[in-house]
Amino acid sequence: MEILRVEGVNKSFGGLRALNNVNFSVEEGTVQAIIGPNGAGKSTFLNCMIGRLAPDTGTVMFGDISLTGMKPYEINQVGVSRVFQTPEIFSELSLIENIMIPTMAKRDGSFALHAFKRLDQDAEVRDKALHMLEDVGLVEKRDDISGSLSRGDKRRLELAMCLSQDPKLLLLDEPTAGMSRADTNNTIDLLKRIGDRGITKVVIEHDMHVVFSLAEKVTVLAQGAIIAEGKPEEIKGDPRVQEAYLGGAHL
Amino acid sequence: MVTKISPARDYLLFGVFAIAVLTMPVWLAPIGAGYPDLLQKFAIFGLFATGFNLLFGLTGYLSFGHAAFLGVGSYTAVWSFKLLGMNPIPAAILAVVTSGVFALAIGYVSLRRSGIYFSILTLAFAQMSYNLAYSVLTPITNGETGLRVLESDPRLFDSSANADGPLISNLFGIEMTGYAGFYFCAVVLLIGFFIAQRIFRSPFGIMLRAVKTNQNRMNYTGLNPRPYTLAAFVISGMYAGLAGALMCITDPLAGAERMQWTASGEVVLMTILGGAGTLLGPILGAALIKYFENIFSAFNEQTLHEVFSFLPDFLEYPVVSVAGLFVGEGWHLTLGVLFMLIVIFLPGGIMEGVSRIGRLFKRSSSKAEPSGATAPAE
Repeated sequence: MEILRVEGVNKSFGGLRALNNVNFSVEEGTVQAIIGPNGAGKSTFLNCMIGRLAPDTGTVMFGDISLTGMKPYEINQVGVSRVFQTPEIFSELSLIENIMIPTMAKRDGSFALHAFKRLDQDAEVRDKALHMLEDVGLVEKRDDISGSLSRGDKRRLELAMCLSQDPKLLLLDEPTAGMSRADTNNTIDLLKRIGDRGITKVVIEHDMHVVFSLAEKVTVLAQGAIIAEGKPEEIKGDPRVQEAYLGGAHL
Repeated sequence: MVTKISPARDYLLFGVFAIAVLTMPVWLAPIGAGYPDLLQKFAIFGLFATGFNLLFGLTGYLSFGHAAFLGVGSYTAVWSFKLLGMNPIPAAILAVVTSGVFALAIGYVSLRRSGIYFSILTLAFAQMSYNLAYSVLTPITNGETGLRVLESDPRLFDSSANADGPLISNLFGIEMTGYAGFYFCAVVLLIGFFIAQRIFRSPFGIMLRAVKTNQNRMNYTGLNPRPYTLAAFVISGMYAGLAGALMCITDPLAGAERMQWTASGEVVLMTILGGAGTLLGPILGAALIKYFENIFSAFNEQTLHEVFSFLPDFLEYPVVSVAGLFVGEGWHLTLGVLFMLIVIFLPGGIMEGVSRIGRLFKRSSSKAEPSGATAPAE
């Protein structure tokens, strides 16, 4: 079953055509990668899906809900989470608080005025957050201020924040950008492990190593248009892809 | 951080704070601050700063127009005296409601922007209110003269209109001046502090900190920051309104100068001086500024000569003339220097200094007995 369906999306910035009639769909429970050279429109495409940018024309359907025109927090409330290129976390708060916030957002909706009960006595939220931190291996640091974490740990924390909401669809914008090889491999393992939860994932990635070890289907964007789509092995051998993306070099 | 503070410790903190506030007349007497007039100011401005801190300390939105709510609260309280009688309780309740409505309107518009634009918008609203109170709204505010309670006012529930002497707010016969007035303000401050403490530890409080830290992440986490900031703004405006009402309860007179931008700036200073985002800081800051204002400004050359009389004459005169710049009319200079020193060396305010000293003691005690002292509390 299709969980996400993008039809005829166009987006221009002034005279620059960033997205040119893009059609795209994601099957439920799969991992799909979007690759492409710099400036191909990958981030614009993601931003159009998540409500940060409004597409000029076209529709984005999540199941039978239209995401076009919805606010980011509304999109999240229907079950779409996003990991950013540079980790977006609550850097002045402790790790456990960082996870408790999305957990409460999932449970209580986009606004709830719980001004008189104590947060630390909300066992349900606390247990869930601790469990989540255990899953990503950050439980020892639960009371540290998250701004002091290393970049790799910040990324894992952000991932844990998204996962704590049990999203139906997880969008990852270059989840291994700027990471060491070891950290990259850890992240891949982590992403594979959470694949067991049946979360559909869309990954935007530069690193071919990551793409080929995660994705079941790869979409190639170049100059705002989709030039190829298929299984990783097919994409590897596609001459158009090699031309556009790798300048003709072999993978 | 926050999650580690147990409820028992919070009650202890509140208990210690309550005792400290209620015994202020005793322990502040030796430093010359034990008289009711100043004690009332400590309590009133402590409440004002506590409310301001709920907005600025938690969400990071710096309002430069909080004095407007102080003024609205004051006018409402005086009108309550005029129409309903001199009981402070309806005056306080009505002031909270009116300033809350006011804050809702101003906040709804101002919170569309953040950062410096938000500050400017709130400042503009406050100056607008100030000028309106002086000119167009004279029928309500009595313009320059200020609003006061008159013998001829209806005062519905004051059947036994006491014709002799000036009209003073009274709580079922207890006149709200002197120490009685201070204790009334102190109890209101304690209630305000208790509510602030609950908000700090609540899920709502955490959401407000989240607003301060990363609104982008908040949006993509399924949370709408707008109602959170608006709620914080309204609550904070209600605190200011209540503080304004207390001013009129202890002295039933309301003037427009209470809404001027200097008054808004003062509460910003108090909060930053004490430590924004901490519970006790703003109250300490408020007390410190009011203490300086009242004590240092009362110093004159004569008192300085007495203080430095132990010095030989050729030293005494230059010392007195230099020190003279910092007292009397020049107390603002003292305040300015102190503020600069704190902001530069203790960006977290007085409370940062306190916690640094606390950590110093903890470290030296954990060196003395390496086992146990540093065990993390579960």
